[in-house]
Amino acid sequence: MLELLIAIFNGISIGSVLLMAALGLAIVFGLMGVINLAHGELMMLGAYTTFVVQNVLKGWGDSWFEVYIFLALPAAFLVAALAGLILEKGVIRYLYGRPLETLLATWGVSLILRQFVRSVNGAMAMGIGVFCCLFFGGLFLLRRRRNWERIKKWAIPTIGSLSLAMAIFKILLLVNLGNKALTKPWFSARNVDVTAPVWLQGGLPLGDFQIPSARIFIIILTLLCLIGTYWFLHRSQWGLRIRAVTQNRTMSACLGVRTSQVDGLTFALGSGLAGIAGCAVTLLGSVGPNTGQNYIVDTFIVVVVGGVGNLLGTIVAAMGIGTLDYLIGSKTLVPMLVGVEPWESFFDFFGTTSMSKVIVFALIIAFLQIKPAGMFPQKGRTSEL
Amino acid sequence: MAQGLGRRKFLIYGSAGLGTSLLLKACGGSPTSGGGGDIIKVGILHSYSGTLAISERTVVDAEMLAIQEINAAGGVLGKQIEVVQEDGSSDWPTFAEKAEKLIEKDQVVTIFGCWTSASRKAVKDVFESKNHMLWYPVQYEGQECSKNIFYTGATPNQQIEPAVDWLLANKGKEFFLVGSDYVFPRTANTIIKEQLKAKGGTTVGEDYLPLGNIEVTGIISKIKGALPNGGVIFNSLNGDSNAAFFKQLKSSGLTPDKYPTMSVSIAEEEVRQIGKDFLVGHYAAWNYFQTVDTPQNKEWVKRFKAEYGEDRVTNDPMEAAYIMVYLWKQAVEKAGTAEDLEKVRMAAIGQSFDAPEGKVTMKANHHITKTVRIGKVRDDGLFDIVWSTDGPLEPEPWNQYVPATKGYGCDWSDPSKGGKYKI
Repeated sequence: MLELLIAIFNGISIGSVLLMAALGLAIVFGLMGVINLAHGELMMLGAYTTFVVQNVLKGWGDSWFEVYIFLALPAAFLVAALAGLILEKGVIRYLYGRPLETLLATWGVSLILRQFVRSVNGAMAMGIGVFCCLFFGGLFLLRRRRNWERIKKWAIPTIGSLSLAMAIFKILLLVNLGNKALTKPWFSARNVDVTAPVWLQGGLPLGDFQIPSARIFIIILTLLCLIGTYWFLHRSQWGLRIRAVTQNRTMSACLGVRTSQVDGLTFALGSGLAGIAGCAVTLLGSVGPNTGQNYIVDTFIVVVVGGVGNLLGTIVAAMGIGTLDYLIGSKTLVPMLVGVEPWESFFDFFGTTSMSKVIVFALIIAFLQIKPAGMFPQKGRTSEL
Repeated sequence: MAQGLGRRKFLIYGSAGLGTSLLLKACGGSPTSGGGGDIIKVGILHSYSGTLAISERTVVDAEMLAIQEINAAGGVLGKQIEVVQEDGSSDWPTFAEKAEKLIEKDQVVTIFGCWTSASRKAVKDVFESKNHMLWYPVQYEGQECSKNIFYTGATPNQQIEPAVDWLLANKGKEFFLVGSDYVFPRTANTIIKEQLKAKGGTTVGEDYLPLGNIEVTGIISKIKGALPNGGVIFNSLNGDSNAAFFKQLKSSGLTPDKYPTMSVSIAEEEVRQIGKDFLVGHYAAWNYFQTVDTPQNKEWVKRFKAEYGEDRVTNDPMEAAYIMVYLWKQAVEKAGTAEDLEKVRMAAIGQSFDAPEGKVTMKANHHITKTVRIGKVRDDGLFDIVWSTDGPLEPEPWNQYVPATKGYGCDWSDPSKGGKYKI
């Protein structure tokens, strides 16, 4: 009986990590229809924010360090949401309704973000700052000219390349000065060490077993995020607008909803949730430039199996995949099937973590043949993005 | 209006001119090295980008340090060494392509390079068909012995087998094997299983994670199920999975006093990245640790930190990379030529070097003798050396526990024996 309870708990805990990671994508991909391949990198940004917050709090003393996670969660949400907002305003909004281009562009963004955390240093950050000041400051000033519409065709590229040249010049100057503090990468390509406080490292003893407290923390966090997201989407003013735009963009626009604002907000919300997920997974695994890549495939699978545009489907799919993966991969089923050939040897053969993935993927493919739109397909008028 | 435009044009041209001149100055600043006198060209072929760059760049640092030292001391045969660096990009076909480029276009006399077995296998054909020379610095699964490659990392009998023997004698007879799902862990675990069978231990279970996977809940419940009262975990995971494995091992209450874990891919650098809190008390088997107590090592660590910074650590593959540059230099000096590879190859056999890990000697099978050590992670993230062999062990490229290669050896000093012969 205890074993079964443990199995269920383990299944739920794997599922909750999947759900946590997929929740943001369920909004971005599910509601907005944007195939965001940089979702994993937004998680990574959340994880790195956790690393930074932790190091800052280490300097403040031990009692602060014990509770760093409660500061890291909102910080990760804000950083990832801001990055998501820039991504939406800078790239994705020009690509609505063109899934293939969105896919390629966000893939490119994910590469840029990964390389960014590998090589960002003081000089580069200052260079980016100089570029932003010059370019956006220049645009702001030029916009006030009366002949802006006439000159903007050549003014934007000119001012862009000028600011870029100045920024590169600034970086080269700083590098040539040879100041090591400025040219040393902040994070470098290596993984960084995020060590949880002692109360999250241990676990609750339960008979012979020990339930990891990090898992319990993630399950609770997932629940809170779910409740929060549900409340936001279904009970708040902005949630109503988001759902309205999802269902019928043109009609919403006619009724006075600012669809571009709603798009930005929705994307930022999804990205922020990815940031929280990134913060949560630092309790379980490593933090490095490739952290996001470990999750991206699983999160897309969860959303697709659950049915696009449906939170309930995402929950069921995450829990289902998590439990199935655990039951097959840990050979929990083998003792129940002793003597029942060929099933006993079948589950015995597939009873490793890498082989259980094979079975789970095969089942998902079979499932999508029967229900191509996922578990809970949206009925009636779908989103017209 | 005209005035405004004029001013703007002036600004544009002015700053463009200024920017260009500064750019030119900045880019043209690097002086051309070498020049004057004779030089010897060698190639370095590692991943400077991609997932393996993290590990391979540290090896490049060690190789460059050795080359700098040799040049400062007067070079090889009175000639300075010039390095041509190529990026394998963590991509196996690129490795083969760049190896060909280094040999054909740059006409290097030898190449130091590669990290994974996959990249080595990808370039092996290139080196064999062009009859060229590669030096390979990483511990690997063995079962290979090429005339054109010198291996300065450990073979399984210089790392895995002594570790298993030590565990059997000190930590218990029941083993659970965990590894990443690719050639090295699978071969290593085949060897361990055969060895346990021969020495009275048992394998209670084994599991493989796809590279990069971090969900280890299933493995941990399997370990608990198979070893309810504690036992040995033999870990050949590689990369990100390690952090997940050790973090979750600790939170599930599997502590090193009951479940000692022996790792073969975790060195000083990895301990730092995973977080030492999770690893304290666990074990690793290598030929070299930063804490090795030899005068050569203290000197080397000092020089390395002076060159690359106080916060850097040295580790086993880096030390092997450092060794191989010196062994090549000695071979060239004995042969009296760097270009006649046949002569250099013959001269390399029998070369000894007082390395940081202790004395090493290149054997006729193109592998070197190595001392084996077992370290326990201590509070500062470095290793306490708890056991080591009395002296260097002979390398065995063909594994003697695996039935298919049992009884085979390799000898390149005798043309009638070659890469694989029956002993």
